[in-house]
Amino acid sequence: MSTNTDFALAIEDLTVSFDGFKAVDSLNLYIDKDELHVVIGPNGAGKTTVLDLVCGKTKSTSGSIKFKNKELTNLAEHEIVHAGVGRKFQTPSIYENLSVYDNLEVSYPKGRSVFGALTFKRTDEVDARIKEIANEIFLGDFLDMESALLSHGQKQWLEIGMLLIQDPELLMLDEPVAGMSVNEREQTAELLNRICKGRSVLVIEHDMDFVEKIAHKVTVLHQGKILAEGDMKTVQNNPDVIEVYLGH
Amino acid sequence: MNFMYERVLGGKNGAIGIAVLAALILVILPLVLDLFRLNLVGKYLTYAFAAVSLVLLWGYGGILSLGQGVFFGLGGYCMAMFLKLEASDPESTKIQSTPGIPDFMDWNQLTELPWWWEPFNSFGFTMLAVILIPSIFAFIIGYSMFKRRVGGVYFAIITQIIALIITVLIVGQQGYTGGINGITDLRTLHGWDIRDDSSKYILYFINAFLLFAVIFLSRYILTSKFGQLLLAMRDKEDRVRFSGYDVSNFKIFVFCIAASISALGGAMFTLQVGFMSPSFVGIVPSIEMVIFAAVGGRMSLIGVVYGTLLVNFGKTMFSETFPEVWLFLMGGLFIAVVMFFPNGLAGIWEKHGKKMITCVKNMQCVNVIRTMINAKRTAKLDAPGE
Repeated sequence: MSTNTDFALAIEDLTVSFDGFKAVDSLNLYIDKDELHVVIGPNGAGKTTVLDLVCGKTKSTSGSIKFKNKELTNLAEHEIVHAGVGRKFQTPSIYENLSVYDNLEVSYPKGRSVFGALTFKRTDEVDARIKEIANEIFLGDFLDMESALLSHGQKQWLEIGMLLIQDPELLMLDEPVAGMSVNEREQTAELLNRICKGRSVLVIEHDMDFVEKIAHKVTVLHQGKILAEGDMKTVQNNPDVIEVYLGH
Repeated sequence: MNFMYERVLGGKNGAIGIAVLAALILVILPLVLDLFRLNLVGKYLTYAFAAVSLVLLWGYGGILSLGQGVFFGLGGYCMAMFLKLEASDPESTKIQSTPGIPDFMDWNQLTELPWWWEPFNSFGFTMLAVILIPSIFAFIIGYSMFKRRVGGVYFAIITQIIALIITVLIVGQQGYTGGINGITDLRTLHGWDIRDDSSKYILYFINAFLLFAVIFLSRYILTSKFGQLLLAMRDKEDRVRFSGYDVSNFKIFVFCIAASISALGGAMFTLQVGFMSPSFVGIVPSIEMVIFAAVGGRMSLIGVVYGTLLVNFGKTMFSETFPEVWLFLMGGLFIAVVMFFPNGLAGIWEKHGKKMITCVKNMQCVNVIRTMINAKRTAKLDAPGE
């Protein structure tokens, strides 16, 4: 049914229904390489569900999700990760009992099988990579700290770092600046602008100022369907969007 | 060498812990206790295998198995089958209607050895079976549960039910398993009498060395990336899954390893105690093993050995004097540990024991007490006269 495309991620005719309620309804969404694409929309629009569908947490009812022309809908979660898709959860999902260093090491994409993990060695290469990523996410000085002690914003960064260390070609971030201070938001915007080079990034966000700073392209979801798409300006001036956000 | 020191012994702290435990088990207890009591300790130490397996499975992996007794029992039964066959030579069973088969089979009108008993004539096969049969059984259970993402309390309940089923099966199939009495009257291993005093000592030490080997193996596993992943899975399973790991494979593996460790304990139990019966397989022994681990500290490979010894000494002491109170006491102990000392003895040691030692070392205690006494004295002097 679906054809091959030049897009990094091509979502076509995707539908998921929970007991008849269509959380995502015949959705078409394309993301280019090197693109930072933001999905916005009111609560219950189906934003998080789209991420769940791409990363395999939720199985679709119909439609196709192709990543570099590889169908993802029939793959297991870890196979989707191996294909090059990384996903950050809405509430920071890190291993609180482990140090920042260990959190990154656990996420290092070697030793992913049972025996690989048993024989995994912390080589200089691994060590260098962990430090590189830690510096990138502003946590270079916190490597030995137990990650439970990090601030909320730092936990968000750490989870982004845990994805970055796997060098995914598609990075999906669910509300990366939720709970961050103004300062941290600015740093995060700078981080996202830096890491979207060489990969595609799909972000869900509510904070419009932040979206304006990072988005190459914006899609507005409403009731599982696309309401508007384009750059931030076009979307903001779209009467339907204004109706959905300000109406009622 | 350095690798061994860091990964297997667990660095300086780990090495000291091992040395203290080794001194206790290998030197002090054999010198202090008479053979009867030492044999009891040997029996307790076989339970410690199951407790160590629960550190991997429950402490680190967060997978609570209420069926470790099943694997303990399977290992024990494999060993008992071998020993029973050796004890049932045609000469010593010539009064039976079918000589040459185990006595309980004869009582149950069996006229020939069942085919699946045959391989247990070989000691080599038996040694393999002790490890492999429980792991294969664990693999089947693990595969069917973890691939379907059954976990948490449901997994605990199902393993408990399996413990019950296996007990019922063993008791019901009297002709093949010896029923409720189990497999008894075991005598020799390749002609070596396992009942006399010298062999009891030898078996005690073999058991102790195997226990240390298992602790070293477990430490190696827990200090590898695998161990970190176990912790990570326990706390944030989804994050591990969406970091590219097939979580179920890791759970299946640790469940199989835990099963074979428990089974090794079961085999050593049979050798030291001289029989195996369903009362070491069912729900109660399985839960007791969890209590040993909880009391000792489910995150500590060394702690659970102390936990097992202490609870069992307590059990022996109390059940000799107040047999009817013991079960309530044990239940109370479990609740108290879970509520107040979630990390068990090991946790208490980490929190208070070490502090006391450094305190004594620096003689701070003495100073502290001296200041306290002085303070009191001054307070008394300053107080208005009565």
